[in-house]
Amino acid sequence: MSKMLFEKSVEGRKGVSLPAMDVPAVDMPANLKRNKLAEIGEYSELDVVRHYTNLSLKNFSVDTHFYPLGSCTMKYNPKVCETVARFDGLAAIHPMMPVSGGLDMCQGALELIYELENHLSEVTGMSATTLQPLAGAHGEMLGIMLIASYHRAKGNKKKYVIVPDSSHGTNPATASMMGYEIITVKTADYGDMDLDEFKEKMNDEVAAVMMTNPNTLGVFNPYIKEISEVAHAHDAMLYYDGANLNAILGKVRPGDLGFDVVHVNLHKTYATPHGSGGPGAGPVGCSAKLEPFLPQPRVVKTGDKFSLNYDKENPRITSYFGNYGVLVKAYTYALMMGSDGLKDVAEKAVLNANYIMQKLKPYYDLPYDKTCMHECVFSASRQVEKGVHALDIAKGLIDRGFHPPTVYFPLIVPEAMMIEPTETESKQTMDEFIDAMIEIAGIVDTDPDSLHHAPVTRPVTRLDETQAARQVNVRYQKDA
Amino acid sequence: MSIFYTKEHEWIKVVGDKGTIGISTYAADQLGDITFVELPEVGDEIEKGEIFCSVESVKAASDIYAPMSGVITDINDELESAPETVNDSAEDTGWIAKITIIDIDEEELLTTEEYDAYIETLD
Amino acid sequence: MKFTPHTAQEVAEMLGTIGVSEIDDLFAPIPAELKTEGLDLPKGISEPEAVRQLKKLSGKNKADMTCFLGGGVYDHFIPSAVDAISSRPEFYTAYTPYQPEASQGTLQALYEFQTMMCEMTGMEASNASMYDGGTALAEAALMALRISKKRNKIVIDSSVNPVHKKIVETYLSFLDAEVIDVVYGSGESVEKYIDGTVAGFLFQNPAFDGTVQDFTDIVAKVQADKSVAVASVYPISLGAVKSPGEMGFDVAVGDGQSLGNPLSFGGPYFGFMTTTKKHIRNLPGRITGKTVDTEGRDGYVLTLQAREQHIRRAKATSNICSNQSLCAMNGLFYMALMGSKGLEDVAALCKSKAEYAKEKLAELDGVSVVNDGITFNEFVIELPVNASEVCAKTAKNSILAGIPFGHYVEGAENKLLVAITEQRTKEEIDSLVSEIGGAI
Repeated sequence: MSKMLFEKSVEGRKGVSLPAMDVPAVDMPANLKRNKLAEIGEYSELDVVRHYTNLSLKNFSVDTHFYPLGSCTMKYNPKVCETVARFDGLAAIHPMMPVSGGLDMCQGALELIYELENHLSEVTGMSATTLQPLAGAHGEMLGIMLIASYHRAKGNKKKYVIVPDSSHGTNPATASMMGYEIITVKTADYGDMDLDEFKEKMNDEVAAVMMTNPNTLGVFNPYIKEISEVAHAHDAMLYYDGANLNAILGKVRPGDLGFDVVHVNLHKTYATPHGSGGPGAGPVGCSAKLEPFLPQPRVVKTGDKFSLNYDKENPRITSYFGNYGVLVKAYTYALMMGSDGLKDVAEKAVLNANYIMQKLKPYYDLPYDKTCMHECVFSASRQVEKGVHALDIAKGLIDRGFHPPTVYFPLIVPEAMMIEPTETESKQTMDEFIDAMIEIAGIVDTDPDSLHHAPVTRPVTRLDETQAARQVNVRYQKDA
Repeated sequence: MSIFYTKEHEWIKVVGDKGTIGISTYAADQLGDITFVELPEVGDEIEKGEIFCSVESVKAASDIYAPMSGVITDINDELESAPETVNDSAEDTGWIAKITIIDIDEEELLTTEEYDAYIETLD
Repeated sequence: MKFTPHTAQEVAEMLGTIGVSEIDDLFAPIPAELKTEGLDLPKGISEPEAVRQLKKLSGKNKADMTCFLGGGVYDHFIPSAVDAISSRPEFYTAYTPYQPEASQGTLQALYEFQTMMCEMTGMEASNASMYDGGTALAEAALMALRISKKRNKIVIDSSVNPVHKKIVETYLSFLDAEVIDVVYGSGESVEKYIDGTVAGFLFQNPAFDGTVQDFTDIVAKVQADKSVAVASVYPISLGAVKSPGEMGFDVAVGDGQSLGNPLSFGGPYFGFMTTTKKHIRNLPGRITGKTVDTEGRDGYVLTLQAREQHIRRAKATSNICSNQSLCAMNGLFYMALMGSKGLEDVAALCKSKAEYAKEKLAELDGVSVVNDGITFNEFVIELPVNASEVCAKTAKNSILAGIPFGHYVEGAENKLLVAITEQRTKEEIDSLVSEIGGAI
């Protein structure tokens, strides 16, 4: 295992040269001064570059490996987006630059926000969009906030949010963070929220219904229009979790399905990189009814000038305009795709997922056997009879050079393996992955135990998560 | 002395107005390797059917519901450093809290035989 | 420009395998009457056209200004090696490290990041980053509510950035919680709210007007009352200023922009959150932990996941899912390159240059420094005229003189918040002084 950076520290090394002090040196007074310096260590530039370059080589990533992590949409991140996001006029401007007073110093920056908002409103069929949320879950929070503000303004007494049991964990967590109680509806045989149970549980105290469509099983809800009508009859708002928007780009719009709020994961659908877990960006679109509650500031256009409108009554969910650098990449992608490219994304994503599903069907159980959208969910239940679990299959894939699919989610499928190839993968790559999955299915019959020891090709074998949680160690200590 | 169980898998051993509470062996097995027990504080008042602490494993977390109402008089603080005791001995040394029972209310509680029959119906 | 590799022949083969005749058949589950006619958007463009369009937008922004703006975001020097390392696709095109054996690079980097954030703030435990400084403070308020269980009040000190205050209020306004705002300039102390009913007290150091304080005594009083004391800090100041740990705080948060992340018109940056061992299980967000593999070798995993939304759903410590890993890694690479000594040097440069600027500005007729205490690298000056108008004039000569303080505080139209970093030379500071002198 790699040494810690801290173990490589040598007193007196420097990684950066700073300009000399050109004014009289003034120190903090003793009572406000730090007593003990932070122990970061001392390294040369090469020490640091080599340490982290070598660490990076221990990762799987989209650029190095097929990464069919279901629900996370690990598509290719175009390099041109990285280039433009580093343009000085976009990367080197302070968010508090003056925007008014005839100074016009960041009109381009505001124009990009305005245009991307309009683009997303058209794609989602919403009346307005804000780019402020910093991630999908942050967007969800804002979405539920808009709904709560709407009910509050109307004097509606609302207590509950309905979520299907196939939902992302962020849905109930968000609703509960916004003070709502959760009502869960089971999944029916057809692979989405049971319509009858939903109708039974719907009542006047329900504030919102949160849906992912297509859902985490890759199933498009056939009754969505009816769900929307039932919800609206009780003045409940319909929330669209946009994690899977990539499946329906240019095919159908959440707004046309009756949804009132949508969040879009730009780091999924709009191909911005996931950065080892972030930054993301989770813009929120909403219907006209909810528009007055959008957070401040809003970019407005008067004539051909852009300015900021701070409505002091409205909420603030972040300090500035969102993860701007991510928005630049998404906007560039949106321009390159256009109406035709976005439709192509949805078509090829769905084609790829159905291709894998069809090819693997003979080897793994498919609990919901029907045309899928952008992802398909298998179960390792057949392999479990031989003592091999979804986790073992995942680790076996690592040894064969593939990032595993999402495992054990959605929770309603036992031993779930959720495969999302995305549209940017070729038939050849998928065939290699399919062959690896088939090979593993064969090993389950011939040598199941070998999979329990996988992976064996990585810098580490399986790690003891129980010890990590019992003897919590979250920072390096010199003497430890 | 009598022992009762809940359908949420807690047990309570009652001696006079004193109760000892823990989670059942079945529950501990279901959770897998227990990594953390969030203990209540001595002096806390707990109410029957309400959550008063929780148990965590690597991939799950489970709330603990009070089988009877009472006031916490003692907690098993050995679980702070050795949560695995709950896996090893859920219904003995892996106890979680002791209470002075406010109201000996056996309603909805199960006897050992009833609980064993109940867990047979699960899975 | 499309990024789908399929040839017509491959599409035909794949459709054959699936057993349908055209791609549209795969969209049959969507009821026909709901489908869209087509999006009202222009057709896609090529890469060079996209570059040209973005270059044009970029050109409409003035990036070549001498920047004295702060307010939580600062124009610090970023060593080239920071971007060089974080541009490695193995870092930026990877996902959250759910499969530890295929993500040891990210996990060890985040463990080192957590270590450095603990060191900087003087605390014992850190998460693997949050969205930004403002939301990290809001999450700290929620954490205080969780820790104190039955209390529902949060008191925000006058030192806290009013925008961050508004974020905290927004987050809490839908819960059964009360936010008490100690207004800037009211002269009120938070001390009068220490009455056994408050879950947490939030402070900022340096304050948003730049004033540095020692909160040690008030923290002790807050804790004696079983409330949680939270500090929001500016990491570059921690190269010189007493750390939250040295003042005894329970939780430290802040925005990591100043650690190696470009200004980028407000983001992406990262938030950080550190705490004591005692409260580690109440932290929101991802946490990386050290453990061993089956061969006994050291390795790293995401740990304490039972707190998180994907397991605990409605009962999670937060709905947070993404962190800002790549921005946090920029912070990590920056801190590593600077080293302990470099971080101290940067802080010394900021502090000294700011003292020089403060002194020179105060020499101008009609200009005075508003802060009555010690400052670090940011301070407020009172001008004889409207601050926005002064900024408009200096901007014509490529100087962004500061943030008009009226943006934060009503009735402060003649005040200006000025920030100085190690990037500003003596000459630039002298021009700032003469430009302001000329504008008033």
